[in-house]
Amino acid sequence: MAIDNLKKLEKLINSELSSKIQNSSIKNGELLIEINENNLIEVLQFLKSNEKCKFRQLIDIAGVDYPEEEKRFQLVYLLLSHERNERIKLSIKFQSDEIINSITKIFSSANWMEREVFDMYGIKFKNHPDLRRILTDYGFKGHPLRKDFPLTGFNEVRYSEKEKKVIYEPVKLEQNYRNFDFESPWEGTNYIKEIKNLKKDG
Amino acid sequence: MGVNFGSFSKKEKEIPEEFKDLAKDFAEKGFITTSSENLINWARTGSLHWMTFGLACCAVEMMHTSMPRYDLERFGAAPRASPRQSDVMIVAGTLTNKMAPALRKVYDQMPEPRYVVSMGSCANGGGYYHYSYSVVRGCDKIVPVDIYIPGCPPSAEALLYGILQLQKKIRREGTLQR
Repeated sequence: MAIDNLKKLEKLINSELSSKIQNSSIKNGELLIEINENNLIEVLQFLKSNEKCKFRQLIDIAGVDYPEEEKRFQLVYLLLSHERNERIKLSIKFQSDEIINSITKIFSSANWMEREVFDMYGIKFKNHPDLRRILTDYGFKGHPLRKDFPLTGFNEVRYSEKEKKVIYEPVKLEQNYRNFDFESPWEGTNYIKEIKNLKKDG
Repeated sequence: MGVNFGSFSKKEKEIPEEFKDLAKDFAEKGFITTSSENLINWARTGSLHWMTFGLACCAVEMMHTSMPRYDLERFGAAPRASPRQSDVMIVAGTLTNKMAPALRKVYDQMPEPRYVVSMGSCANGGGYYHYSYSVVRGCDKIVPVDIYIPGCPPSAEALLYGILQLQKKIRREGTLQR
């Protein structure tokens, strides 16, 4: 039943917005629509206001980083229609230097979601009323959910008895991060194997 | 006033070793004498107002400690929301970089003598989040810590034990000047 309704919805969206849809698919009972980032506002406006869609709630905006691909970032907009009792996913892919239209005019709840995406991925939004970091520390460097961001970051904090305040310093670890992935009790972890191989080669 | 010596000797076995002299004094004379320092220390250990600094799941365990099952209040330790009226700060949970200045500020607002109990792996040394970009690797980088309680999260009992250890510590080395 639900699948039939979803197929009808897919057909409707494809016929109404044919030029703007790049691809659409139903997988695991979920409808995913891929569009060009320039058409984002129109498509969202249609999904929200069309009588047969009424996707009036924005659930979340998710970001994905594919560092090896030319279109590095992907944004997925998750929408819910209470009237239809259905959900839809809207995805855009774009290059790292592109600026995306903010959808705060359509969904005001997108304000903080876009701030989070900006914070975590460094994706910039056009016409956003207040594009600041939201989760990370004041004066934080980098965007932590990018794949090229080092796990431990760049700065750490400590209270300085001299300055009588909490100060920032470059990270200095007592012990480096190790991946405890014990594949075999004899061979040990991967990093030990790598060291052994290096010795063999050298 | 007081209990006569006959009944004291009957109950002597029940009295813990360290209180025997005290009990004997009290039973014989009806009053005890002590130094003001000891008295103040006794008062301090018996009225630890702990400031809640619940940051994560440890905070739930901290709540358990003060709830009827373990009932921290029977040791005289009562929760106090204001740092200016508390003696001990229980850092319960993950301390993040963004929270660190706030934690220090609250600590600075506490009156002397003040004590800090670091509760759980995260507060002790970053714990699970040790290598994270946003977590302080141990709250002792920000404030001086008196008692460390291990566990993730420590059980309510463990925290209770930690508080008792802190009382012991205050009794042992507590002076007017800290």
